[in-house]
Amino acid sequence: MKKRLLIAGPVAAVASLVLPGLAFGAEAVPILDTPEASINAMWVIVAGVLVMFMQAGFLLLEVGFSRAKNAGAGVAKILVNFSIASLCYWAVGFALAFGGLGSIAGDHGFFLNVGSSIEEAGKSIPFVETYSISPAAFMFFQFVFCAVSLAIVWGATLERIKFSAYIIYAVIFSSVLYPVLSHWIFGGGWLQVNVGMQDFAGSTVVHLIGATGAFAALLLLGPRIGKYTKDGKPRAIPGHSMPLVGLGVLILWLGWFGFNPGSTLGAIGGRFAEVVVVTNLAAAAGVVAAVAVMYLLSKTIDIGMAGNGAIAGLVAITAPSGYVEYWAAPIIGAVAGVIVVFGVIAIEKVIDDPVGATSAHGLAGIWGTLACGIFTSPRLAEFNEVGDPGLWYSGSFHQLGAQAEGVAVAFGCVFVVSFGIFYILKKTIGIRVSPEEEDAGLDISEHGMYGYPEQFIPQPEYSTGLYTGGGGTPTPVAAPAVSPMTTTEP
Amino acid sequence: MKKIEAFIRHEAFEPIRAELLDKGFPSLSIIEAKGSGRQKGIVERYRGSTLTVNVRPKVKLEIVVEDKDKAIVIETILKHARTGEVGDGKIFVIPVEEAIRIRTGEGGEPVLQLHEESELPT
Repeated sequence: MKKRLLIAGPVAAVASLVLPGLAFGAEAVPILDTPEASINAMWVIVAGVLVMFMQAGFLLLEVGFSRAKNAGAGVAKILVNFSIASLCYWAVGFALAFGGLGSIAGDHGFFLNVGSSIEEAGKSIPFVETYSISPAAFMFFQFVFCAVSLAIVWGATLERIKFSAYIIYAVIFSSVLYPVLSHWIFGGGWLQVNVGMQDFAGSTVVHLIGATGAFAALLLLGPRIGKYTKDGKPRAIPGHSMPLVGLGVLILWLGWFGFNPGSTLGAIGGRFAEVVVVTNLAAAAGVVAAVAVMYLLSKTIDIGMAGNGAIAGLVAITAPSGYVEYWAAPIIGAVAGVIVVFGVIAIEKVIDDPVGATSAHGLAGIWGTLACGIFTSPRLAEFNEVGDPGLWYSGSFHQLGAQAEGVAVAFGCVFVVSFGIFYILKKTIGIRVSPEEEDAGLDISEHGMYGYPEQFIPQPEYSTGLYTGGGGTPTPVAAPAVSPMTTTEP
Repeated sequence: MKKIEAFIRHEAFEPIRAELLDKGFPSLSIIEAKGSGRQKGIVERYRGSTLTVNVRPKVKLEIVVEDKDKAIVIETILKHARTGEVGDGKIFVIPVEEAIRIRTGEGGEPVLQLHEESELPT
């Protein structure tokens, strides 16, 4: 019975496009009530799946920026963290984030136990009704955001953090920390309603929060062995694969076409297509700016920095993507591309961040959030019903102030909580592997296997004897060896 | 018997190998080596920081020949490995006490010579 209902949804959605008058008669489709809701659910699930694929982007980016001895560790990390977040966000996180319009947190919808019709679910999850969208689609889309934010935390901690630190922080982050903060800014909480902070898809909620967690972890974790010379100068510890980094960046870029445009939470009216263009313009400007600045500084076209430029442009446009016109997008992206280059170089002098997450997600996230206060257009502020037009249009610093308040609150809260968690972990179970384990690489010391075995295990070690051609009993070698001593002695 | 060890540029190896084969010396080994000399290291730039790699990759060629053949091999290496720039490498000649062919167990200078046509597998 259940199966038939699940199939009925999409079929009805297609039918409704062809025969709008006939599709929805007296017999209500149980899950998706209206054609509008069906189309919205379809788009939001597609977008959510694209955002889920960003996990692959983070994986490849981080693995590429690691040395070969730590390549496998990134795989286990992404899979386990994504899975922990899947369970925790479903059980607890979603209810805190969207289960009601309280100013601090929601309290309905634990385990997504809200019924499947929009009318029924709307009583616990008000946004389901506001956006006319299936609760499952809405919850899945919000969950993959949480998973992205969590993935950002760990990029900065590569090559030296203990696996157990991931697990404990991931549970707290995806159950409580991220949900409460996202409620404040996305879910009808005080920053959104009372302050009027604009953050369309999460420059602050997703990216700054993730980067702030990373920053707190880095302060307690310390740099990788060999990152700084005796006189304190940073040394490059090159990652082992720039092709993997490039693939990771492009997958993230692709995923962002779900991230920002999906945050329209619906396809009706075609706003999401405009957001796609805005997003792409900013990413492109980020790459061009980062490459140009890096060329002026070092006379090389820096491969890693081109990737960081793309990510910075994308992070920065995340908050304004639903609020700004096309012309503003390249400006926002280009500024982010400049910020990330100087950010990476400056931060690297004191903190070892192997992937540049604190710059690309943190600094660019702050810039993107503030950019709403400058570039938000009157038509889109009204369309989204949050906040006011930016400085450029209104000449008023009011919205910029609201944005700055939101950034400060989000950074402050997440930093204090994350620092507390990592501090307790450091004092109890420890958050860092031993120097010997770090030297050997996390692959063999934490996971018991190599990411690239052939690089570390000499080929003869695999062999059990001479190849004798085919199966069966090995035949003796044709000419029996004579002891050399007997033949060479005169 | 002499072992000739030559540290050469990668691109010099293939012409040397081809000519030694022509002249009747098919048996040799190479090892990917890293070393420093008068040639400077490589500066790698990576996301705004730099890293100086002080040892450069070279190929180490090893070939063991009878005393009388030493000059032919050295001449071949010099001919192809010399560009005139710093970093062409060096050749070392080391005396070898014994040579033993594992397949048969036979020893002495004959194992360094080419196989007879009749000995080769078809």
